[in-house]
Amino acid sequence: MQREIVIAGFGGQGVLFAGQVLAYAAMDAGKEVTWIPSYGPEMRGGTANCTVIIADEEIGSPLVKHPPLAIVLNLPSFDRYEPLIQRGGALIVNQSMVDRGPKRTDITEVFIPCNEIAEAIGDRRLLNMVAVGALLPFLPELTLQDVEKALEAHLPARHRELLPLNFQALRRGYEVAEGQRSRV
Amino acid sequence: MARELWKGNEAIAEAAIRAGLQAYFGYPITPQTEVLEWMARRMPELGRVFVQAESEVAAINMVYGAACTGARVMTTSSSPGISLMMEGLSYIAGTEVPVVLVNVMRGGPGLGNIAPSQGDYQQAVRGGGHGDYPRIVLAPSSVQEAIDLVTLSFDLAEKYRTIVMIIADGSIGQMMEPAEMPPMQPLYHRQWDWAVTGKMGRERRVLSSIYLDPYQEEQTNLRLFRRWQEIQANEVRSRAYYLEDAEFVVIGFGTAGRVALSAVRAARQEGLKVGLLRPISLSPFPHQVVAELAQRVSGFLVVEMNTGQMLEDVELANAGRVPLRFYGRPGGVVPFPDEILHEIHALVEAPPTPGEDARLAWLERMTRLGGDGWQR
Repeated sequence: MQREIVIAGFGGQGVLFAGQVLAYAAMDAGKEVTWIPSYGPEMRGGTANCTVIIADEEIGSPLVKHPPLAIVLNLPSFDRYEPLIQRGGALIVNQSMVDRGPKRTDITEVFIPCNEIAEAIGDRRLLNMVAVGALLPFLPELTLQDVEKALEAHLPARHRELLPLNFQALRRGYEVAEGQRSRV
Repeated sequence: MARELWKGNEAIAEAAIRAGLQAYFGYPITPQTEVLEWMARRMPELGRVFVQAESEVAAINMVYGAACTGARVMTTSSSPGISLMMEGLSYIAGTEVPVVLVNVMRGGPGLGNIAPSQGDYQQAVRGGGHGDYPRIVLAPSSVQEAIDLVTLSFDLAEKYRTIVMIIADGSIGQMMEPAEMPPMQPLYHRQWDWAVTGKMGRERRVLSSIYLDPYQEEQTNLRLFRRWQEIQANEVRSRAYYLEDAEFVVIGFGTAGRVALSAVRAARQEGLKVGLLRPISLSPFPHQVVAELAQRVSGFLVVEMNTGQMLEDVELANAGRVPLRFYGRPGGVVPFPDEILHEIHALVEAPPTPGEDARLAWLERMTRLGGDGWQR
């Protein structure tokens, strides 16, 4: 088993941490995992992305050309990664930051207004956890509980009071995506 | 100890600290700076020495001085910074003091870029600094292996009074993977019979790389190479994947090696009997392992993130026995597994004639692809 996930967006949207949460959850679930960020000059220019690979054996290539799963948190990332998703894969799109619909019909695209959902929960910075929650129905290797346990174990101490809100964000994202998936 | 999620650069730093590192001297450069940052925080908090030097030249000379006292010392940098250290490294080799050096390689030559590269293979393996000196070079392909090799490198450096260089690349420095950190070794100052520690109550010792008498210098060169024979006999390391029944073998180190692993697995799924040899010690190179494989397999594919530097070591070992194909992505480009799978197909379906210049054939293919290779 090996599953690859790309997470992309602007710097400040929590792209790298969203990937790390998945990496921690995978590690705690006893799996092999590789998290690799884009660290080039583009990280000074505002966009950020990372790749997370979850597997049950030694991981080879740390990068993947056609991931089966991706989260895109803004329009440039949507434009860049939508054509690259494997047929039959899934794309979680932050609807709050894009102004167009899907171009692919051979993948599942979940449109979810992460910013608005995060704000309704109480903190805009939770938008990345809404998106991670929305990814989980498509990621059989990790359960919602795995990710919640990982957050509890690895969220920096200074953010611990935000744990309940992070859980809410994950669950809300999960519900919305699950609802959209069952309609597909 | 439990597995924790470690970033490559930070894992390298912490592994050195756990191995009893007494002093670190360095200078920031991407994609290695997190090593320095980790050291800047951890070393003072443990009461050990951390200096951000004014340049790489200063850092390596601080390392040289500290190593002469018998302390466990290291420095780290990335390609352009390593070039600056080469004079100091040659002096260290000539003085026969143990030093650990990590190069988190980036695209070059020159200022190049900060993307992962393996362009410094020859610089590391063949020398870089002036004069006639061997050194141990190790190449990790994962965070765990980086930790293990850092731990090992201090023991090797002291055992053979040699330079041990670890060459990783930007992706290993920047990635996070679960890894197990070894326990903290007790910190103590080793009492070597060569170290300069103050002559109170004993004979004077002199550490230097100056041998004005050529016959003495010749003896030094011979001593270094006798020691090197011992290293070659004992310190060759490589990892084999699916080699038992392999008819074709991909050879790659570090990140290129792990990308090749994905391609080899894909080829296996298609029923092709392909294996992978991942050299871990690049110097001493596993020549014997390659030579033995050349007796029983039908072809080699060498994959590197450069223009064919390790290729020359494989060619030496192969000695024209089996067909050899080369695939390289230089300049900071990391190949994807499908490119290597394509190369495996080409090797299996139409092996080059033995003796064909593998690098020239590759260069022609790259040129046909428009100079842009597979894709941006």
